[in-house]
Amino acid sequence: MSQRKPSLPPAFRLADFRPALPGRHWANWALPLLVVLGLGIFPLLTGKDVHRETMFTLLRAVVMAVSLNIILGYTGYVSFGHVVFFGLGGYVGFYLVAVQGRTLWEALLAGGLAAGLLAWLIGIGILRLRGAYFALVTIGVNEAVKAFIQNFDPFGGPLGLTMNFSVYQAYGGPRAMLQMTYYILVALAVAAVLLAYAVRTSKFGLGLLSIREDEDAAEVMGVVTPLAKTWAFVLSAILPGMVGALFFFRNGSVEPHEAFPLHLSIEAIVMVMLGGQGTVLGPVLGAAGYQAMRAFLLTNRYLKDIQLTVSGALLLLIVLFIPAGLIGWLRRRFPASRRVLL
Amino acid sequence: MTVLLRVEHVTKRFGGLVAVNDVSFELHEGEILGLIGPNGAGKTTLFNCINGVYTPEEGHIYFQGQDITGWKPYDVARFGMARTHQIVRPLADLTVRENVMVGAAFGAKGLGLLDAAMVADEVMEFLGLAERADMLAGSLNVAQKKRLELARALAAQPKLLLLDEVLAGLNPAEIAEMVETVKAIRRRGITIIMIEHVMHAIMNVSDRIIVLDFGQLIAEGTPQEIANHPKVIEAYLGDPKLAERLMSGE
Repeated sequence: MSQRKPSLPPAFRLADFRPALPGRHWANWALPLLVVLGLGIFPLLTGKDVHRETMFTLLRAVVMAVSLNIILGYTGYVSFGHVVFFGLGGYVGFYLVAVQGRTLWEALLAGGLAAGLLAWLIGIGILRLRGAYFALVTIGVNEAVKAFIQNFDPFGGPLGLTMNFSVYQAYGGPRAMLQMTYYILVALAVAAVLLAYAVRTSKFGLGLLSIREDEDAAEVMGVVTPLAKTWAFVLSAILPGMVGALFFFRNGSVEPHEAFPLHLSIEAIVMVMLGGQGTVLGPVLGAAGYQAMRAFLLTNRYLKDIQLTVSGALLLLIVLFIPAGLIGWLRRRFPASRRVLL
Repeated sequence: MTVLLRVEHVTKRFGGLVAVNDVSFELHEGEILGLIGPNGAGKTTLFNCINGVYTPEEGHIYFQGQDITGWKPYDVARFGMARTHQIVRPLADLTVRENVMVGAAFGAKGLGLLDAAMVADEVMEFLGLAERADMLAGSLNVAQKKRLELARALAAQPKLLLLDEVLAGLNPAEIAEMVETVKAIRRRGITIIMIEHVMHAIMNVSDRIIVLDFGQLIAEGTPQEIANHPKVIEAYLGDPKLAERLMSGE
């Protein structure tokens, strides 16, 4: 207590200058946006379909990782079954287009809404659980939704649904549809990054960070934790739901094993951890880096069968040696970088 | 003087253990109330009942005229009560400024981020944490973490502040400064209950003192009355007449 000032006025006067808010620096949204747009534009420059398809897979991973980061990295809750939102959004969207004859736009909206609604219901029910219990229940929810859909006739039961390709005529035929859905995905990835930045630097986000650090202390300081956690979960579910609707529309068919693969959840966790949980740029780089590695492994003659083993080993190494991930490590190693790296 | 807090017959049990037993007291606006008692007397448990961490099995707690029994800690906090923890709970991976901003943004005033940052800067200045504003809270030493606890609670701009052993672990010079700080906080119109083991400090700073022993309120009065109260001496030192009786060979 070097500067004691015993006689301050009765109320705290507000300082004349505007203090810098934590994380509010243009680079903090511009850098991740630049990466996403760079990745998104690359196939347009080369003009090759194979590049576009590669980037589609990669940007899908970016949306999954960036969204998952809101509950995992900001709030500190490990959602092991996050793919459930992708799958449910996919099914709902697909059903609307293939069976009800609705447009892709309505399908995207409904997919996002369905995922958000499910997250809200799960949030109310299980977000009072902490740590490992929450993680376990999210796996259970994924399996339960999968089992439900396997027995739900309107969604085609275990066989799933297929789409008549004539549907694509409304979107200029299959070729134009592939191009258009790619643009939509780029837009969703941009939305994911902007949402992640907005949440991270908002008052709501500060509440989430305090929950991650010490939930009991956060409650005592006035953070309404049940509400904050539920909304964090909802926000982390909506974009995966929309991407699910987009993905299966493009795919032309949907079936339970494709919609709810548990390994996709785990890969998303690896991406977030790799890039740096709780940061905005980290999950983007993590998703890109992981997908690049995966592409290398899958095309390698000797390594293609052990691709998931490698990602498991990678997760282990990250947790052991750089639990903060790439961006977290940089922020710690070079404190001066904290202003521009988030 | 208006009554800010009224605790009525509060009892809290953990299984067979009665941690707080039928405790009642009143607190007036602007007062500093000392809460003392031997280790395990139930002081922190009483704090936890008052701010909603625990719900008491029996009794009621009235704060600003409202019955807040059974409220959640965040509702109590937003209604104007802040506290510090005996075992410090810094949000380790956030900066000192962000820690204090949480208090300001989610406390009694519920400020927006910009106002919260301004109040945080003001409070950090007041408590001498300003140079460490951008350090991670986890990297502070214990004395600084204690001050951070206080800063977060103060930034909430509460009506009532519960201080749980803010002097423990500080050296004599730091204690003297902290006592001055507590008095300065009271001058800002904040009512305070403080749990403390550093006797000369609490005797010096409190208007009134209440004493807990085995969960029961055994004495209440001014610091002088408490210092000479036979039950208090017994609670701390054992039977005061014991030495005399031993000497006289009974």
